Amino acid sequence: MSELIFKTAHELADLLEKKEISSEELTNAQFERIEKTEKYIDAYISLNKEGALNKAREIDRKRAEGQKLSHLAGIPAAIKDNICTKGITTTCASKMLYNFVPPYNASVMDRLSDTPILGKANMDEFAMGSSTETSYFKKTKNPFDTGRIPGGSSGGSGAAVSASEAIFALGSDTGGSIRQPASLCGVVGFKPTYGLVSRYGLVAFASSLDQIGPFTKDIHDCALVLNEICGHDEHDSTSLDIPTADFTKALTGDVKGMKIGVPKEYIGEGVSDEVREKVLEAAREFEKMGAEVDECSLSMMPYSLAAYYLISSAEASSNLARYDGIRYGFRADGCTDVDEVFFKTRSEGFGDEVKRRIMLGTFVLSSGYYDAYYKKAQKVRTLIREDFNKTFEKYDVLLAPTSPCTAWKFGEKSADPLEMYAADICTVSINIAGLPAASMPFGVDKGGLPIGVQLIGKPLGDADIIRAGYALEVHAPKISPEIGGAR
Amino acid sequence: MSITKKEVEHLANLARLTLSDDEKARLTREMSNIIDFAQKLDETDYDSVKPTMHANAKTNVFREDEIKPSFKASEILQNAPQQDEGCFVVPRTVE
Repeated sequence: MSELIFKTAHELADLLEKKEISSEELTNAQFERIEKTEKYIDAYISLNKEGALNKAREIDRKRAEGQKLSHLAGIPAAIKDNICTKGITTTCASKMLYNFVPPYNASVMDRLSDTPILGKANMDEFAMGSSTETSYFKKTKNPFDTGRIPGGSSGGSGAAVSASEAIFALGSDTGGSIRQPASLCGVVGFKPTYGLVSRYGLVAFASSLDQIGPFTKDIHDCALVLNEICGHDEHDSTSLDIPTADFTKALTGDVKGMKIGVPKEYIGEGVSDEVREKVLEAAREFEKMGAEVDECSLSMMPYSLAAYYLISSAEASSNLARYDGIRYGFRADGCTDVDEVFFKTRSEGFGDEVKRRIMLGTFVLSSGYYDAYYKKAQKVRTLIREDFNKTFEKYDVLLAPTSPCTAWKFGEKSADPLEMYAADICTVSINIAGLPAASMPFGVDKGGLPIGVQLIGKPLGDADIIRAGYALEVHAPKISPEIGGAR
Repeated sequence: MSITKKEVEHLANLARLTLSDDEKARLTREMSNIIDFAQKLDETDYDSVKPTMHANAKTNVFREDEIKPSFKASEILQNAPQQDEGCFVVPRTVE
């Protein structure tokens, strides 16, 4: 099998530009890989072989003609199945949208119009979950141990990049859904500042928190994908109308004088010793490279999880009201009146976790409870933001764990929703405050499972994260999974 | 506080969900636990704080009202569970 698939996007971009390889050759190699390893991993809900190869040939032809192409043109990627792809089924891993073929592209897909789409990556149903176990279709396995979950909700995207079943991937992050699977699968995952990437065409879960971002093999690739997908979009009223930066300028390797804070609440109770040790090791590496590293405090951290689940469920219950069986998606059979269509379609179309969140969201928004729960959570949201603002007066970047533990076994946290929700303890506050944050691999635990460290930036401090991450990466051990007894 | 089975039934109706008896019992228990967990917010000094609805609070993003091509009806109807003569078909709604 071709070794091309083990290369990074920036290496492949150079080879493509020098015409040493073709996109068709690379895309074919990628599908060969998928054929070999997908039976162990189940990263994809659907594959798009013909479409991807057609795109690859188109890019090769344009390159031969000397047409101007984007930097990542011809490099194949996996796309989370809640991002609308014109003409390619987009299910959100739900029975409710099992047959939905979007008549339009999400804006990010238009921005990645030179990208061969390998397929649509598995996820938790409607992105609600931390393990990808709530998918209606299949359970994605962690490439480092197929008896364990890949994290979630973008588990398919994380596993695909980790297992070399895609050069890069897109996911979405509402409370950690890019960073946590990236951490558990040993790859880089980046959640940009809220508003930096258009949400147009991303199936909405919690609109004030959702953000699309990349999964990549390293920080350099992450900067390249961010360069492609960031930018203003008139189709998304929350999209920021600001000039776009070139994130590769942050690939300096120099963190001298950078102020890095390690919030003590993030390495306290509930975080495993091995994860804590890796965060402290990363802090020491930063110090050795000349950064100023200090312990700091984010005292509102213990309240972020409760605020997050109230706010995100409220927004979800509102966003998911649109699934009524009338205009698209699943409709239950044998209904005699319209009310029955609504009730039966929704009851048969949604899974347990989605129903639980709709019910919780309906509760916190319902008359008599709105002030006591929803509004209170929004007030605490203000306190969490102020807490970060105050801390960022002193620091450029914060360093924390991404996940309090490494990948767990299937079913281990499924019995109690609160136990599953606690997996997001280190990530949700970032979405609440709209901040950028990345997870990057930093070694393994004693069982050989990847540990990720999280770098958190100030609003629009995305480039600071790239700068710090690029410098730290040099000191991170290279890890790659063994799948079916081979690399 | 705890949530009752009767409240769960009321919420299910608001959310247009039909729940089995098992689901009702499970959701009553699970939602009570989650709501109890949310009481933690009472430990904060939130009273005089203004709520944040959004991370970047922009209001009224205006644009010119220009006529632009939109989707063809046939493209939109492609995803309809049931359609006829350019319309979505639903069970009869008026007697």
